[in-house]
Amino acid sequence: MGGFPILSLMLLVPMLGALACLFSGAKAARTIALAATLIDLALGLLLWANYDVGGAQWQFVERAPLFSQFQWALGIDGIALMLIVLSVFLMPICILASWDAIETRVGEYMAAFLFMETLIIGVFSAQDLFLFYIFFEAGLIPMYLIIGIWGGANRIYASYKFFLYTLLGSVLMLIAMLWMANHAGTTDIPTLMAYDFPAGAQTWLWLAFFASFAVKMPMWPVHTWLPDAHVQAPTAGSVILAGVLLKMGGYGFIRFSLPMFPEASAQLVWLIWGLSIAAVVITSLIALVQHDMKKLIAYSSVAHMAIVTMGLFAFNVQGLEGAMIVMLSHGLVSGALFLCVGVIYDRLHTREIARYGGLAINMPKYALFFLLFTMASIGLPGTSGFVGEFLSLAGIYQANTWVAAAGTLGIILGAAYMLYLYWRVAFGVQRNADAAAMPDLNTREWLMLGSIAAAVLWMGVYPESFLAPIRKDIAALDARVSSAAPESDSRLVIGQAQAAPAEDAAHGGAH
Amino acid sequence: MSSILIIVFAPLLAAIVAGLGNRALGSFAAKLVTTGALFLSCALSWPIFLGYLGGDVPAAVVPVLNWVQSGDMTFDWALRVDALTAVMLVVITTVSALVHLYSWGYMDEDPDQPRFFAYLSLFTFAMLMLVTADNLVQMFFGWEGVGLASYLLIGFWFKKPSANAAAIKAFVVNRVGDFGFMLGIFGTFLVFGTVSIPEILAAAPAMEGASTIGFLGMRLDTMTILCLLLFIGAMGKSAQLGLHIWLPDAMEGPTPVSALIHAATMVTAGVFMVCRLSPMFEAAPDALTFVTFIGAATCLFAATIGTTQWDIKRVIAYSTCSQLGYMFFAAGVGAYGAAMFHLFTHAFFKALLFLGAGSVIHAMHHEQDMRYYGALRKQIPLTFWAMMAGTLAITGVGVLGVFGFAGFYSKDAILEAAFASGTEMGRTAFWVGAFAALLTSFYSWRLMFLTFWGKPRWADSEHIQHAVHGEHETPDEEHGDSTHANVHPHEGTAGYHPHESPWTMLVPLGLLSIGAVFAGFVFHHAFIDEAAFWNGSIAYNEGLIHAMHEVPLWVKLTATIVMLIGLAIAWLAYIRDTSIPEKTATQLGPVYRFLYNKWYFDELYRLVFIVPALWLGRVFWKGGDEGIIDRFGPNGAAWVVEKGAVAAKRVQSGLLTSYALIMLLGLVAAVTWVLF
Repeated sequence: MGGFPILSLMLLVPMLGALACLFSGAKAARTIALAATLIDLALGLLLWANYDVGGAQWQFVERAPLFSQFQWALGIDGIALMLIVLSVFLMPICILASWDAIETRVGEYMAAFLFMETLIIGVFSAQDLFLFYIFFEAGLIPMYLIIGIWGGANRIYASYKFFLYTLLGSVLMLIAMLWMANHAGTTDIPTLMAYDFPAGAQTWLWLAFFASFAVKMPMWPVHTWLPDAHVQAPTAGSVILAGVLLKMGGYGFIRFSLPMFPEASAQLVWLIWGLSIAAVVITSLIALVQHDMKKLIAYSSVAHMAIVTMGLFAFNVQGLEGAMIVMLSHGLVSGALFLCVGVIYDRLHTREIARYGGLAINMPKYALFFLLFTMASIGLPGTSGFVGEFLSLAGIYQANTWVAAAGTLGIILGAAYMLYLYWRVAFGVQRNADAAAMPDLNTREWLMLGSIAAAVLWMGVYPESFLAPIRKDIAALDARVSSAAPESDSRLVIGQAQAAPAEDAAHGGAH
Repeated sequence: MSSILIIVFAPLLAAIVAGLGNRALGSFAAKLVTTGALFLSCALSWPIFLGYLGGDVPAAVVPVLNWVQSGDMTFDWALRVDALTAVMLVVITTVSALVHLYSWGYMDEDPDQPRFFAYLSLFTFAMLMLVTADNLVQMFFGWEGVGLASYLLIGFWFKKPSANAAAIKAFVVNRVGDFGFMLGIFGTFLVFGTVSIPEILAAAPAMEGASTIGFLGMRLDTMTILCLLLFIGAMGKSAQLGLHIWLPDAMEGPTPVSALIHAATMVTAGVFMVCRLSPMFEAAPDALTFVTFIGAATCLFAATIGTTQWDIKRVIAYSTCSQLGYMFFAAGVGAYGAAMFHLFTHAFFKALLFLGAGSVIHAMHHEQDMRYYGALRKQIPLTFWAMMAGTLAITGVGVLGVFGFAGFYSKDAILEAAFASGTEMGRTAFWVGAFAALLTSFYSWRLMFLTFWGKPRWADSEHIQHAVHGEHETPDEEHGDSTHANVHPHEGTAGYHPHESPWTMLVPLGLLSIGAVFAGFVFHHAFIDEAAFWNGSIAYNEGLIHAMHEVPLWVKLTATIVMLIGLAIAWLAYIRDTSIPEKTATQLGPVYRFLYNKWYFDELYRLVFIVPALWLGRVFWKGGDEGIIDRFGPNGAAWVVEKGAVAAKRVQSGLLTSYALIMLLGLVAAVTWVLF
């Protein structure tokens, strides 16, 4: 690609689109938004095609000093690349999902989405600490507007809750960033990733970042904003919230907490494990008793994100790669599930599960897609969900069998609540005449769900396409953190039971 | 060996064509594509199996595609064929092809045929992936794939609430088993550093008793815990005691499904897994003892329930559960060849019994309660003879040294192996197995006598009355459960004449009858006595085989004797004096109710797992999330702000501005910091 500033261009396109949308009518705004997101998708694919797997760690680097040490620094590694590709893939689908559903202030709505796309790509490509901070925090503003203006009946409460939680974390993170910049004398993220902070300070810095990422993730017990935000957000808002915004927390752990504070990560691993276990079990049980479709899927998201944090803090390659694949997979699958809810919400204007039933009769195409995404959500092998969950849990098993057992338990419960949902929506008798009269998918909806379905199967059958770009970066991260890894409870000991721990087996997978 | 690619992927292609083509394609084309694909697979499978019968054919692996490579964990899509796989290939493709054909007749009136045939073919593909797996993860892929197909087929008539509940139950209970399977795979990877089956099996013998690993705070013998975890998976899929509760309910699915999935193939996957990993289990004697125990316990427990059920399909379902128990305790005592042999013969005669029952149900207009049958011998003679062949096979009729029906050879081999194993658990299993064989004979003949002998008792059946009054009825509609508690049907036909089934249903019955009659006689030598046939694909215990042939004569005759006793009791109670069953049931009231209600497993699980899970869900939601976290978190914060004399509304509407302001201030602070 030479020195072509493709990342800046990807930031600029949606930004210009947003400005154009603000000053155009509803019809034009839709077309502009779709065009802008499609251009960004094309650029994202170009980025992927030109990414040199196994090449330099940071590619497509752009550096432009702004003032003093503050600089316009962009660049991506494989991890960021995959998350950017996920974002630009979901964006046009979000625009299509809003095509008919949004009727008021269309221009502003589209502008908010395009603005958000700029900020999301910015988060994943920023190489300067404060540039990252701006993108990371500003990403909230359009989401806040989308929920607050185009949301459901109780949108003010939801957006307020969403905002309050996130604010809390971001203040602490900012303070930590200021301290780091001062101490290390640089705001360059790649430099900071290799910088060894004193062990005592690491704990505090780790906790400050944790406050922000745990809310974004979200981890139990700071997750209660998510169900409300999802329930009130318009369909496309939910898709982007579950699909991309939740990934920022995981990205934060990968980019900051783990490489910058490896000792603190190992020291505080019990906190992550404990909260992840609680999240998997508690939110899965809660999902079992929901009556509102969106709430059910929101709670299942919290459970899936707990598998991500388990994998990230397994301190081995399988755990880290698994966590990345769960993030990508969950982005696709939960996005698709929210689209599935949106499709029938657009027809009947209710998310109450009991109002539906027997949709496999009048909407067979819809039922097939919904089934595929349900299966992907419960991690059926052959879909993307399996590869990620299997690798994360295989990774965490090597670190701690209790956490692995809890994660696997979550998978049992996952099957229960998702199949119970599917039964009540797609199977059974047609209880209500209006639900029975709903038409099947139209071309636009078929296109949205079909493209995600293809990606889900691709990632399930041939995940190498997605694992190859991140392999080298995960290996580097693993090398950085594995020295600090906590001792495993499952390790293999040669010798009879009750014998004193002898030397570790040469071929044992435990570190 | 590249024909294996066609064997495995032809059913997948057919499933995709029929499933996505659906109504556009039409029923006939969908049926033709799927059934054709299965007959093709079947035709290609038999030569492979016959090739292995010659002995000393090495295993072959056909790579398909890279799957996952993560650190030092690698697993790919690949198809492995060896003697063990070859046995499964013929079982799966043969029964599946015949069931496809049978369904032409059985499902003839169903409007959703393309969907049904697509599911059947999809199932076959997943099952073939399972048995051709070269690594544990692909085996898990097949394992879950058959679970999905089973879920879809049990719930095929998805308007019925009972079918939906049964489908979910099957999936979730199997997931409980998968919990063990997954942890077992993780543990195996931790210990061996690979998930490739040949590599694990090569390294396993050296690990016996040599090491410990930690699991949930305990330190346990490595091979024991790994095998136990994997076996929990097998227990789920093969419906063993404790995780069996889904199988009887799975009878909600159409009968061809029961024959293919819940008798001949999927439920035997657990047995296949234990045999496939037999060198691992051989390195874990404690785990093998547990396998023997569970097998023997299931074998007995399911047989006791089978003696009291009225629904014809449920009797056969419990019978399946019981026969799987035999296979497991055979494996547990180290007779993997005998376990696979019983799997092989059982596939034919149990599929035959299910399809025969389907033919009866078809003739009786969807009535499944045997109390409303009677005297069908004359009405549907071909079905009767087919069922007869199946019953002779399952009860193990035969004369030592001359000829026997299929079950005669395989069940005898299992009992002899259990006796010859010399362990205490083995001897116990022998006696339990012998008693269960008596029960098997009793409930099988009870089924035959109630259905085909006696006087017609159809008059009171709701289904028959519907038929007589010309009302069209499909199983897809909701109506009462056919297992009523206390009924005393009157004799009479109500003017209804059962019809023999069409040729599409009778041809599979005929072909399976041949299997039920001759499969034991023809193949027992290869399966039991020939190490060269297995050629290392299972752990082959030469000493045990030798000891089997040396058992005393009374041991060899035990199976025949108990079979005759069971037959005699059934004859007494259901032909000679038909008042005996009711009298016995009254006299043994509590015992009868305990058996009739299936040992109250469903009620127990409901109380211990389902009710608390839902209760906890509500508590965590209303009490935890809303009552504590929200109340003291965001709502508390709002309350504080409100008390601070600032209208909450103003705060809310001003939030965005203040947020932007804070960000801006932060940024200014940052810049200032860096600049100065």
